[in-house]
Amino acid sequence: MSKIYQAIQKRILILDGAMGTMLQQYNFSEEDFRGDRFKDYPTSLKGNNDLLSLTQPKAIAEIHRKYFEAGADIVETNTFSGTTIAMADYNMEDLVYELNYESAKIAKQVANEFTKQNPNKQRFVAGSIGPTNKTASLSPDVNRPEYRAITFEELRVAYKQQVEALIDGGVDVLLVETIFDTLNAKAALFAIEEVKEDKQIDIPIMVSGTITDASGRTLSGQTVEAFLASISHIQLLSVGFNCALGAEQLRPYLQRLSNETEFFTSAHPNAGLPNAFGEYEQTPKEMQKLIEEYLQDGLINIIGGCCGTNPEHIKAIADVAKNYDPRRISINV
Amino acid sequence: MYNSFPFEGKVSQSDGRVKKNRRKRMNLNNKYLTLSGLEPLVVTPESNFINIGERTNVTGSRKFLRLIKEEKFAEAIDVARHQVEGGAQILDVNMDEGMLDGVEAMTTFLNLIASEPDIARVPIMIDSSKWEIIEAGLQVVQGKSVVNSISLKGGETEFIRQAKLVKRYGAAVIVMAFDEDGQADTYQRRIDICKRSYDILVNQVRFKPQDIIFDPNIFPVATGMDEHRKNALDFFNATKWIRENLPYANVSGGVSNVSFSFRGNNTVREAMHSAFLYHAIQNGMNLGIVNPAMLEVYDEIPKDLLDRVEDVLFDRRDDATERLLDIAETLKGHKKEQETTIQEWRNEPLQNRITHALVKGIDAFIIEDVEEARLASSRPIEVIEENLMIGMNVVGDLFGSGKMFLPQVVKSARVMKKAVAYLQPFIEAEKDGKVEYAGRILMATVKGDVHDIGKNIVSVVLGCNNYEIIDLGVMVPLEKIIQVAKKEQVDIIGLSGLITPSLDEMVYVSKEMEKQNFNIPLIVGGATTSRLHSAVKIAPNYNHTVVHVNDASRAVTVVGNLLKKDNKVYKEQIRDEYEKFREQFLNRSKKKEYISIEAARKNKFKIDWNTTEIVKPKQLGIQIIQDFDIKKLEDYIDWSPFFRSWDLHGKYPNILKDDVVGEQATELFADAQVLLKRIFNEKLLKAKAIFGLFPANTVNDDDIEVIIKKNYHVERSRSISNTKERKCKTVKFLTLRQQSKKREGAPNFALADFIAPKESGKQDYIGCFCVSTGFGTQKLAQQFEADNDDYNSIMIKALSDRLAEAFAEYLHKEVRTKHWHYAQSENLTNQELIKESYKGIRPAPGYPACPDHLEKTTIWSLLDVEKSIGVILTESLAMWPAASVSGYYFANKEAKYFGLGKITEDQLIDYSKRRHINIDEARKWLSPNLAEK
Repeated sequence: MSKIYQAIQKRILILDGAMGTMLQQYNFSEEDFRGDRFKDYPTSLKGNNDLLSLTQPKAIAEIHRKYFEAGADIVETNTFSGTTIAMADYNMEDLVYELNYESAKIAKQVANEFTKQNPNKQRFVAGSIGPTNKTASLSPDVNRPEYRAITFEELRVAYKQQVEALIDGGVDVLLVETIFDTLNAKAALFAIEEVKEDKQIDIPIMVSGTITDASGRTLSGQTVEAFLASISHIQLLSVGFNCALGAEQLRPYLQRLSNETEFFTSAHPNAGLPNAFGEYEQTPKEMQKLIEEYLQDGLINIIGGCCGTNPEHIKAIADVAKNYDPRRISINV
Repeated sequence: MYNSFPFEGKVSQSDGRVKKNRRKRMNLNNKYLTLSGLEPLVVTPESNFINIGERTNVTGSRKFLRLIKEEKFAEAIDVARHQVEGGAQILDVNMDEGMLDGVEAMTTFLNLIASEPDIARVPIMIDSSKWEIIEAGLQVVQGKSVVNSISLKGGETEFIRQAKLVKRYGAAVIVMAFDEDGQADTYQRRIDICKRSYDILVNQVRFKPQDIIFDPNIFPVATGMDEHRKNALDFFNATKWIRENLPYANVSGGVSNVSFSFRGNNTVREAMHSAFLYHAIQNGMNLGIVNPAMLEVYDEIPKDLLDRVEDVLFDRRDDATERLLDIAETLKGHKKEQETTIQEWRNEPLQNRITHALVKGIDAFIIEDVEEARLASSRPIEVIEENLMIGMNVVGDLFGSGKMFLPQVVKSARVMKKAVAYLQPFIEAEKDGKVEYAGRILMATVKGDVHDIGKNIVSVVLGCNNYEIIDLGVMVPLEKIIQVAKKEQVDIIGLSGLITPSLDEMVYVSKEMEKQNFNIPLIVGGATTSRLHSAVKIAPNYNHTVVHVNDASRAVTVVGNLLKKDNKVYKEQIRDEYEKFREQFLNRSKKKEYISIEAARKNKFKIDWNTTEIVKPKQLGIQIIQDFDIKKLEDYIDWSPFFRSWDLHGKYPNILKDDVVGEQATELFADAQVLLKRIFNEKLLKAKAIFGLFPANTVNDDDIEVIIKKNYHVERSRSISNTKERKCKTVKFLTLRQQSKKREGAPNFALADFIAPKESGKQDYIGCFCVSTGFGTQKLAQQFEADNDDYNSIMIKALSDRLAEAFAEYLHKEVRTKHWHYAQSENLTNQELIKESYKGIRPAPGYPACPDHLEKTTIWSLLDVEKSIGVILTESLAMWPAASVSGYYFANKEAKYFGLGKITEDQLIDYSKRRHINIDEARKWLSPNLAEK
C-alpha cells in the first residue's frame, strides 16, 4: 500500500496552491517562455505555462519549494495542460511526454529534498491531469448538437500518454482535476486503468470535479451526486472539488459529497470569488477561517488551494488543519 | 401527462423525511445500484420500481425506427422527451436494425440526447446485441449508464472481457440469463446461470455486486403451448431467489413480452402488464422496461379480467389460457381510446406557448405557433421582435438568475433559430427578396482563452435575430481580430473570455482598436467580465462605444440599439452611464484606500536627480507671439474631436469612409475646409501666444518654486536678456498629490515630482504658456447667426477650438525643439504629436493631473497673460476667448500624465495653508477631487 494511504489515515494532508498565480509574479516574457531552446519557435509561446518546466525549471522548482515550505504534503506537477489536445494550441504535441516527464521529475526532486530533511513527514507529488480544452459531451456548435470536437478515444489516447510520462517521471499520485465534463474525466480514468494494467502497477488516484456556479452543477450539467456516481467505478484515493468557487461557496457541495462517498475527500477551492477585475482577494486569514469550518465538520481529508492561492494561504490552511482530525470514513466491503 | 406508476396506494411510499434519514444511513454503506445522467438515480428499497423507457428502441417501436431511418432526429428526440416526461427513470436506447449503421446511430442519438437537459437528467441504458454498438454508446455518455446486455452466451472469456470493459467505462450491466447452451427457460436454468454469472463478475472481474442487474427472461404466457405455462411463475420465483441469494444484485425484465400473444388487444395486454408487474415487484424485480402508456392501474383492472390474468400468470388452472381468451374476445371492441397526451401548455394563449417552447427548448410546435403569430402580425419581422423576443427575454432572465443552465439556453436558441428560419422567406418577400442582414458582427474568444460556449450562444442568438456572424473561434490573437474586422468591415466586435487573463487581453484589443482608428462598438462578455471592469478598464481606452453584455438575450437588445440608424443617443447614454459608473467606482474604491499626505509624499515618484538629464532652456524668460500666422496650424489639427463635436463619432480620417456617418462626415469636412480657407486667407481669426521658461525647483515636496527676475522685459517673439540678475522674486506652483493607496512599488504622483527638489542641488526648469486662436471667433459667429447660418456659427467655434489645440501642440513643439531645445532631434509626424509620443508633458490646470483651476491665476500673474495677449480668466477661471489653452511645460523625460484621483482632508488643509485661502474656499475649488469623509 502506498505510503500516502498511511499518511492520509493519520492526518489531514495539505495540497499545494495555485501554480498559475505564482507564475504570474515572475512576469515571464515571450522570450522567457521560449528560453534558448524554443527561441525560433514559429508560434507564440507566452502563456504556455507547462512549457516553463523545460524553459524555466528553476522557477517551477522554486514554487514547489515554497509550497512545501508552507507545509504542503502534496504538490501538483506543472502539467495541467500536458496533453496533445491542449498542447495543439501551441503546436507542441510532440513535447507532451517530455513536458510531463520533466515536470514530474522537478517536483519529485524537490519533494525528496524535503522528505530527506524531515523523514517523519513524507512529501508527495501528484501528477496534475487537466480537463483539456475540449469537451466530449458538449457540442461546441449549437447548430450541430450531435457534433463533438473530441472523442472519448482521442481523449483516452492523449491521457494515456500523459499518464505514462507522469508515472515514468516518478509521481506518487495521479490527480484528475478541474473536471467540467465528466466524460473527459472518465476517459482519463479509463486511460489510467489501462496504464496500470500495462505496467502491472497500482497508483493512487485523486479525482477533483468543478462545480461551475451556484446551480451546483458541473459545466456539463451534472449534480454533485451524479458526478460522484459517474466516477466511482474506479478505486480512488479521494474525490473532491476544486476551482470556480471559493471555500465558502463550495461548502454545501463538499458536504453533500462527503455524505455520499466512501473515498477520502479533497478540496482545493479558489481564494474566494474573483472581483470585477478577475483578481482573487481573499486573504490567507479569511480562507483559513472558512477552511476551519470544513475541519470542524469533518468534511476533509486533503485540503489545498486553487486559483488565487499562494504559499501564505497554504501555510494558513496547514496551520489550522494540524489541529483537526481527518474526516473518518467507514469502509464496509 | 399520464401517471407513470400504476400502483399508488398499493405499495406504500415512505414520506420524504424518513426517506432522507434512511438515505443517510444508506450512504454510509452504499450498496445500492447508483446510476446517473445529469442527476443521480439511486435504486433503494424505497424506490419501489425503476421504470425504464422503451420507446427509443428501434426493435420495439416502428415509429422510432422510421424516425431514425429518415434521420428525423428532432422528432426522435421528442420520443425520448415524451418518455421522460411520462415518468421514465432510465432511457433504453436500441439501434439494432439491419438497415442502420448501429454505431453511428447510437452515437448520434446519444449525443443529441446529451444536449437535452430535460432528457439527459436520467441515466441511459445502452441496449444492443452487438458489442461495438454498446462500446460506441459507452464512449459518449458522461453519466453512469447501464449496458443492456452481456451474457455467457459467447463463453466465459468473452463475458469477462466485456464485463471488464463495462467496469472500466463506469457502467452498470444487465446480465441475461443466457449461457453457451442458450436462454434459460426454466426456474433451475435461470438461477444456475445467474449464480454462475454473479460469481464470475464479483470474484474474477471484481464487479460491484450492486452494479449487476439480472434479466431472468420474461417470456410470453397464454400462448397455448404447455411449455410456456410456467413462464411467468418461473420468472417470479427466479427473481425471488436472486434477490435472496445473490447479495445486492438487482432484477429487471422487459414486461411487454409477457402479453405477446394478445397483440392487438390492448385492454388485455395492459391488464397483463399491470398484474405481471405487480407480482414481479412483490418478488423483488426492482427495474423494468415498461411502456407506461400500456399499463392499466392495477386497482382499476376489472375483477373478472384480473382473476383470469392472474390464473395465467400463476398457472393456477389448466384452462386458464382459454378463459383469458374468452374474456379477451368480449373486450376487443372496448379497446380504450388511445390517449393522446395533449400537454396542458398547448392550451395556453399563443404568447405563453411560444415562451414555453423557448424556455423548454421544445421545437415540436414552434412552426405552427410562429405561423399563427405571423398571421396575427402586420409584418413577419414583428414575430421576431415581439413574440420571440418576449420568450427569449424570459430565457435570459432565468439564465441570469441561475434558474436555467447552459445547455437549456443553447436549446432555446435552437428553437429560436428554427422559428426565424421559418419566418425568413416571409421577411425576405417583404423586402423584395433581398437578403438583408441587420448587421455584421465579429465574434471571438480572445487570445489565450479557449472557452467559447457563451460566445457561441451569443452568436447563435444574434444569428437568430438576423445578424451575420463572423465567428473567429477561440484563442484569437488581437492582430487577427483587427485584421478581419477591417477586411470584413464588421459593424461590431464581440469579445468573450472566461479566464482571468482574458480581461487584460480585452484591454489590449480596445487599445488597439483605438490605435487603429476604429469606431465600431466593442462588446465584451464572459464569466469574469463585468460592467465595472468594462467601464473602468476597457471603456477609457477606446473613444467609441464599449458595452458589457452578460447574457445572450441582452446581447440582442444591445446590438439592436447599437446598429439602429439613430443610435447616437444610445451610444452617448452608454458612455455617460459607464463614465458615471466609473467615477462612482473610483470614488468609492478610493474612499476606502487612502494614505495620509505624509505617507503619500514619502511614496513620491522618484527620479534620480544625479543621473537624469536636465537641459537648461536656450532662452529663459517670457516670450510673446502676437498675430501668429494661423495657416501654419493646419497640419497640427486633430480632426477627430471636431467630428465628435458634431455628434459624428469616429477617428479621422477613417470617419470619412465610415459606413454610417461617412457621407455626413465627408460633407462636414468639406464645409470645414471652405471655412478654414476663408479663415486663413481673410485672416478672420487672430492667434496669440505667450510662454515663459524659468529656473525652478521643488520645495516642500509638492510646491514648485519658480524664480523670476523682476525686470524681465517682454517683447514680441523675442526674448530680452536676463542680464540683470538682481531683484529676483519667486512664485510657487502648488501641485496636488495622489493619495490613493497604491500597490507595492507604484508611486503617489504629484507634478512636483518631475522637477528637481531644491535639496538635490540641481537647478531645474519649468515652463508655462497660454495660447488662443479665439480672437475674432465671437464676432464671426455673430455674423453667421445674423445671416441665420447656425451651421457656420457652430462651425467657426468648433474650428477655433481645434486651432487652439493645434496651436498648443505647435507651440509645445517649438519650445521642445527651439526655445528650450531639449528635444532638438525630435522629428514627429502629426499623428505622433496627437498621440503625444514626444518627451515631456504640458499638463493643463483643470485637467486630471492638476485639477486645481486656481493654478491658472498663478500662470496669469507670472506671464501677465491678460495684459500681454488679452486672454482673460472668468470668475470661475474659464479662459476667454474660449478657444484658448494654458498649461505648464515639464521637460524631464520621466514626466508623464496621470490622474490625481481623490485627495483627503489632510491634504486639503495643507493645501489651503499653502494657497493662503481659508479651508472653505479651498474645499470649493477642489470639491470634485475630495474623497468622501
